[in-house]
Amino acid sequence: MYGPLWRLLPGRWPVKAFLSLILAFGVVVLCFLWVFPTIAPLMPFNDNTIQTGSP
Amino acid sequence: MKALRWVVGTIGELLITIGLLLLLFVAWQLWWTDVTANREQAVAIQSLERGFTHDDSYPSATPGPTATPDPLATLKKVPFGEAFAIVRIPRFGAGYARPVLQGTDHETLGKGVGHYVGTAMPGLVGNFATAGHRTTYGKPYADIDKLRTGDFIVIETKTSFIVYAVQRHVIVTPDHVEVIAPVPQHAGAKPTEAWMTMTACHPKFSAQQRYVVFSKLVKTFARAAGLPASFMAVPAGAG
Repeated sequence: MYGPLWRLLPGRWPVKAFLSLILAFGVVVLCFLWVFPTIAPLMPFNDNTIQTGSP
Repeated sequence: MKALRWVVGTIGELLITIGLLLLLFVAWQLWWTDVTANREQAVAIQSLERGFTHDDSYPSATPGPTATPDPLATLKKVPFGEAFAIVRIPRFGAGYARPVLQGTDHETLGKGVGHYVGTAMPGLVGNFATAGHRTTYGKPYADIDKLRTGDFIVIETKTSFIVYAVQRHVIVTPDHVEVIAPVPQHAGAKPTEAWMTMTACHPKFSAQQRYVVFSKLVKTFARAAGLPASFMAVPAGAG
C-alpha cells in the first residue's frame, strides 16, 4: 500500500520523504477541518442535553 | 507465496493507518475543538458586549429599547442559533464569560452555552434551562461539579443583569426531562418562581448521565443601574 506510493513519488529519497510529509500533513488538515467535524455529531459521547424530543 | 505476503502486508498497513486515524480523531476531539471553540467564543463575547453597549438593534429580534415596557420581554423571540446573553460565573474564575445561544443542537453547543428552546428566558418566571459541554468544544460547564450552594450565576443581556444563586444539584440519566420543567423536577406544576437549570455530561468524557444544577433568581438589575460588584466576587477556594 505505501510501497507503490513511495515508488510513485518522483526524485531521490530526500525529495520523496519531503513529499510524503506534505501528503501526510494534507491528510491531517483534511481530517481536522472536514472529516472529523462531519462525523463528530454521530459519536455517542458528544451529547450532553436532556432528551427533549422522541428517543 | 509472494501474493500472500502482499495481502498480509497490505492488511497490516491498513490496520496501522486506521489506528493512526483514530488517534488523530481523539487528538482533534480532546484538544483541537477546545482551541477553535475558545477562540470563537471569545470573539462572540466581544461582539455581544459591543452589541449590548452600542448597537441598539441588537439582538435582531428586539423591537427597540423603548418599545416595550418590560425589558425582559424583548428576549422572548430569539432566532435559533443566535447568541443573546453572556453567562458569568465567578466560581469558574474572575474572567469567566461564555455566550448563551438559542438552541441545544450539536452545532449550537459548539459555540457556547445552549438555551433549551421553549423554556423560560432569563429572569422570567419559569425555568431558564441551559446545556453546556463538560469536556471538548471550549467546555463552558467543565467545572459544574465545583458549584456550591449560594454561588452566584450572572446572566447579562442587553437590558439587564440577572443574578441566580445555586440551590442544589442532581445526577440523572438523560431521559429525566423533568429537570428542565418550568418548576424543576416537578413536571406539570405551575411555576411561580424564576429558576435556572444547567445540564452537562457526567462523568467527564462520558454521556452516560447528566450533572444538573438548579439555581434560583436572586434579583434582576437594569443595565443602566449596573451590577453590584459583590455578585462578581470570586468565592474563596475557587479556581
